[in-house]
Amino acid sequence: MSALPYLVAGWICVVGIYGVVTSTNLIHLALCLTVTQSSTYVLLLTVGYVKGGGPPIFKGVKLGTTSVDPVVQSLTLTDIVVSVTVLALILALALDVHERAGTIDPDEIATLEG
Amino acid sequence: MSRRVRIAVFLPALAVFAALLAWSLLAIPRFGDYRGPYGYVLNRVATPERHMTNVVTAVVFDYRGFDTMGEEFILFIAVMGVVLLLREKGRERPGDLTDAIGSDAVRIGGSLAVGVAVLISLWLIAFGFITPGGGFQGGVALASSVVLVFLVASWRAWKGVANEAYVDPFEGLGAGGYVVIGLAALIGGLPFLTNFFGPGVAGTLSSGGSAVFVNWAVGMEVAAANLVLFGEFLEEYVVPLARS
Repeated sequence: MSALPYLVAGWICVVGIYGVVTSTNLIHLALCLTVTQSSTYVLLLTVGYVKGGGPPIFKGVKLGTTSVDPVVQSLTLTDIVVSVTVLALILALALDVHERAGTIDPDEIATLEG
Repeated sequence: MSRRVRIAVFLPALAVFAALLAWSLLAIPRFGDYRGPYGYVLNRVATPERHMTNVVTAVVFDYRGFDTMGEEFILFIAVMGVVLLLREKGRERPGDLTDAIGSDAVRIGGSLAVGVAVLISLWLIAFGFITPGGGFQGGVALASSVVLVFLVASWRAWKGVANEAYVDPFEGLGAGGYVVIGLAALIGGLPFLTNFFGPGVAGTLSSGGSAVFVNWAVGMEVAAANLVLFGEFLEEYVVPLARS
């Protein structure tokens, strides 16, 4: 099943989007957004995998040994850390909404206030 | 638009999107059949050229250093947004709370764990060019090991080690330090963020050139940013407890 990792990435993306649209709770919504985002990590790491490849670290390993792509790994690792802080920002906004509107159900926040 | 209508409109769109996504994903090279040129080249070039044995870290802080600077500022701005929203002026702060932890064994074992965890985190940052690790991973681990203080000791102890009065400046120093190291290359007539100082000896702490300082700047930034975030959310949680 060589297509399975790609389908897993696609599935994570789709369930995340479904969660965002049908959400009735801003915190749940923020976490669904994070789920969608993690699908890109699965996809990136899948794209960079080389059959039989080791980690792209050559301490005590002969140079030229088959190893996976370091570029997609570096993109993934920076994004994981950054996404956590962005999630914190969204949660802080949710706290603020709760303070102002008294609810965190997006459907009940009916009016926009200037 | 009611919730029911919204979902009814959305589901066909999602089905089309899912089909297109699956179609395109199945058309790219098979799992394990990697054809990208950059990873192949970097795996062979990074260690002889920059003397860094961890190619992932070499990509993050050297080959794609400019991109990482952008990422770091996303992190910086997100944390600033959280602070703007949550840090209120003149909010009453609890002096101390009744400790939830009554067990001396947990307190002593936990306090020892803090030291061990801090050491491991610093090791992760310092050896980021040689073995798995780096500023991002080590920074998160460092912040998490400081949060252990709150978990095993008290709110007051946490405030003592992670007070915003000195965590905030470190966050700015980490973000600014990255740019300053980039600008330092300009003084020598080199392009922005060029790795200078020479590559050093591969596999030792003296390898990596100026990217080592970028690594430490990012470690400091990530650790401070996470501590600020933990601090703000802990206060949201702790202040109502103190009132009741």
